[in-house]
Amino acid sequence: MLVLLGIAVVVAGFVARINPLLVILAAAIVTGVMAAVVPGVEPRALLQAGVDTLSAFGKAFNDNRYFHITWLVLPVIGLLERKGLQERARMLVGKVRAATAGRLLVSYMLVRQLTAALGLTSLGGHPQMVRPLIAPMAEGAAEVDAGVVLPDKVRFRIRGMAAATDNIGLFFGEDIFIAIGSIVLIVGFLEQSGLIVEPLQISVWAIPTAIAAFAVHGARLLLFDRSIHREIEAGRTETAVDAEAGR
Amino acid sequence: MITLEHAYLVVGLMFLAFAILTLGDREHPTRIRSALFWGLIAASMLFGSWLGGLGNGILVLALVAIGGLKRLGVARPATTGPEVRMASAARRGNALFLPALIVPIVAVGGTLAAKHSAAGAWLIAPVQTTLIALGLGCVIALIAAMAWLRPPLLAPVQEGRRLMDSIGWAALLPQMLASLGAVFLATNVGGVVGELVTQAVPMTSALVAVIAYCLGMALFTVIMGNAFAAFPVMTAAIGLPFVVHQFGGNPAIVCAIGMLAGFCGTLMTPMAANFNVVPANLLELPDRNSPLNGVIRAQMPTALIMLGINIVLMYLLAFRF
Repeated sequence: MLVLLGIAVVVAGFVARINPLLVILAAAIVTGVMAAVVPGVEPRALLQAGVDTLSAFGKAFNDNRYFHITWLVLPVIGLLERKGLQERARMLVGKVRAATAGRLLVSYMLVRQLTAALGLTSLGGHPQMVRPLIAPMAEGAAEVDAGVVLPDKVRFRIRGMAAATDNIGLFFGEDIFIAIGSIVLIVGFLEQSGLIVEPLQISVWAIPTAIAAFAVHGARLLLFDRSIHREIEAGRTETAVDAEAGR
Repeated sequence: MITLEHAYLVVGLMFLAFAILTLGDREHPTRIRSALFWGLIAASMLFGSWLGGLGNGILVLALVAIGGLKRLGVARPATTGPEVRMASAARRGNALFLPALIVPIVAVGGTLAAKHSAAGAWLIAPVQTTLIALGLGCVIALIAAMAWLRPPLLAPVQEGRRLMDSIGWAALLPQMLASLGAVFLATNVGGVVGELVTQAVPMTSALVAVIAYCLGMALFTVIMGNAFAAFPVMTAAIGLPFVVHQFGGNPAIVCAIGMLAGFCGTLMTPMAANFNVVPANLLELPDRNSPLNGVIRAQMPTALIMLGINIVLMYLLAFRF
């Protein structure tokens, strides 16, 4: 029971808005120490449990260094941005008359879902695709569509939606691929529990959710275009009223 | 053969370069602390395997103290202005996209080659193949971009440092959560949570069990920032004993949709830093430090609707096929 205090630390830290790095390390140590609590335990043993937990945490930290390999893309992207990559992305979309932010993101979502379903998850992602290409393209499309410079508030909403679309396309596409991490995890877990299931049997059941996700988020993206229009219109009337009132 | 250790060496050298340039940057708002932070990550990448468990634990302690107690600043190294960028974009045209496309092409091509060809298997190690190929793609793309664009020699490090600073401490979060997951596993937190849930919710019908399992997956994922951490806990606690064994659900369908219910939780939590916080930082959203930043707010409606749809789908499909 006491080991659950670790989860309580995560929740409390989250509510109190303490930096998550501190919260996670504290939660790990609390969990490890609480696991050692038995009636009549000596303080020295608890101290030892804390040190052991720090060691176990350090070992796991070292085993999970591979997350950092993706940062290798930053120097390339930064270099290309210095030479106008984002500007080029906006120009490219500006040429397509029919493009709007929502329609552009719907097509990106479709491509992201389909490629992820084929196991090509690294074709998208935030540092390599969303920041340098997709977000500027969506902003450029909205700008051409509205015919005005976007207010900052609208610009940031479009950026948030671009990142959201990348995540949603990835999450509800990748599980259709049989060799993705989550499928491997499910197969391994079921095997440990004595149930033998083929990866393909699991991945086909990700298809209904994938189709539903495309319908739901796609519809939201098309409505998003209208909401952008309304927000820009509202901003314009406000400025007009301000101008009339001589402010 | 290129292995994970080679990739770590390159990443370590990159962070070391970030640290050295930060230390030399008199304008940096948090010069010493930022240099130490990136320098310690470099040390972890370069020497982590020799530090042992406790040594790495102390390294984490130092990283958390530097990155977690007070905010790290963002460097503003000299770069090109908007006019230069517009002119360069007009002059170079769509060829500017090519170096950026090298990265995913090498990542995907390398992964496929390593699995299906002898030469590929000889070149790239079989463990974490995609990540190694991704790293290789970044290096090739950087060399190509340098040869073509001929920027100042340090430009990629300076630009990379600027982007890395904007990501900041969030760069460590996925690794920290994975380590917390390891501690939870070692102390059987999952088993205890399972007992608690089954005591609190009477599993009287298949629908109750399905709802409890899917909501449990989403909620625990919100806390842990990762559906992979929630899956073994919730499936052992509710998915298998109730939805599958007591009510006769198909385990393949229950697990597949249960995992996707967890993904709905990932879309709603700032703990899933690499999906929800890193992009907010990279896109310079004004509310990037708020727990419900612009990315999460954009995802929230889709996530909630999809959670409901997953519950309905599991209930309709798992007991029929």
